[in-house]
Amino acid sequence: MAQPAYLSRFATRGADVFDAPRHAFVVRITHWINTLSFFGLLVSGIAILLAHPRLYWGETGGVGTPSLVDLPLPFVLAGQSGWGRYLHFLSAWICVCNGFVYLVSGILMRHFRRNLLPSASQEPFPAYNVLQRFTYLGTIFGLFPFVIWTGLAMSPGLSSVFPTLVTALGGQQSARTLHFVAASFLVLFLIAHIAMVCAAGFLAGVRAMITGYGAERI
Amino acid sequence: MNEFLSRRKLITTGLAAAGASGLAIAARLADRYGLIPPDHGGIYGAGETLTYASQRLLVSRQTLAREFHPSEISKVAPVNGEPPEQEVYERLLAGGFADWRLTLDGLVARPAVFSLEDLKRYPSRTQITHQACEEGWSFIAEWTGVPLSYILNLAGVGPRARYVVFVPFDEMWDSLDMNDALHPQTLLAYAMNGQELPTPHGAPLRLRVARQLGYKSVKYLSRITVTETLKNIGKGLGSASPEIGYSWYAGI
Repeated sequence: MAQPAYLSRFATRGADVFDAPRHAFVVRITHWINTLSFFGLLVSGIAILLAHPRLYWGETGGVGTPSLVDLPLPFVLAGQSGWGRYLHFLSAWICVCNGFVYLVSGILMRHFRRNLLPSASQEPFPAYNVLQRFTYLGTIFGLFPFVIWTGLAMSPGLSSVFPTLVTALGGQQSARTLHFVAASFLVLFLIAHIAMVCAAGFLAGVRAMITGYGAERI
Repeated sequence: MNEFLSRRKLITTGLAAAGASGLAIAARLADRYGLIPPDHGGIYGAGETLTYASQRLLVSRQTLAREFHPSEISKVAPVNGEPPEQEVYERLLAGGFADWRLTLDGLVARPAVFSLEDLKRYPSRTQITHQACEEGWSFIAEWTGVPLSYILNLAGVGPRARYVVFVPFDEMWDSLDMNDALHPQTLLAYAMNGQELPTPHGAPLRLRVARQLGYKSVKYLSRITVTETLKNIGKGLGSASPEIGYSWYAGI
């Protein structure tokens, strides 16, 4: 096939040609599904939190008992936690199923070993430095499982079958507080993640996560 | 090329048909085994169904909610909402509930009417359990009452029964599937922390559902109906909660 002349002209400028394979198909599709479900979890989580923006430690807590933290947020008792809870659990199911696909494919396709494990990096120009790799691994294998655990620990149905879910955390209110802390760290990760993408070139980064191809790293 | 396309079409159509009929069979099986909640419709329905079905597969009829030591009973037990403002309720309250009666009807062999004294004469169960509100706060309290399964067995539940509907003096009617209705910790409670059930906590009689959030524990009970379907009650969503945006199943 004949190469149009203008393409080869662009090619000499290097950074304008997006033909370096960057992200695998499964990584891209699970990334965007995760984006959507995380947004759903965040918005609905805030709606639920606003019904009672105080945090406690132990098994119980409520108005009239000492709290651990009174968040500087208003009590919104206008029934926003109803849709909040519906959306939270729907998003959670999508997030967990999607995360499962990502985990299994990441192991089978050696995504974790090749792209995220610090020691195994053989590339001359690795995509992520050691700090980034540890952050990704900690988020995927630490924060996400912990936020799921603390969330499930609040379920009276599940805690009847698996009491350790909640007793290991110090009680139902402790689970709620830790769920909030874990979610806050996930939001911190999101802010840092977007900041890094911006620093590296936002459009090129987003394009690479959609098409799978990025600019040649020089 | 044409042959290739038609073969591909054949395969995709076949797969789609198999998928659709597979889903239909799965839905029918799930319904038969009681894995589909009454509020399964709408955009959130898939999440609700997954939550309810997976908990029904994990949480058996005998799985008990955690129980606590008397020293763990909360000093403060907050409530949401006000006692019913219906005149009939206020009259019963003023009369110390001497004239209050609980009706049990529907798919039972022997419909019955109980006074508070009747219920107190039956074998009772006392348990110290944790109750969380969907808003996030929670408390631990001791509840005493007659197990719902006891009076259901007295009345003789019919073989087609699938749900038990609870009608209070206010609008917050609700329902339970038979798994929760026959659960040993599901009580018709008339006492709390060793005292008569306080009015804000649902006097004279309230439901206690230990494995679900607080709003499933209907207060100010007036009538209990055993039924095969919830479709013809209210908006057909299983309880008053989904009608104002809260899920029917509150085990999470």
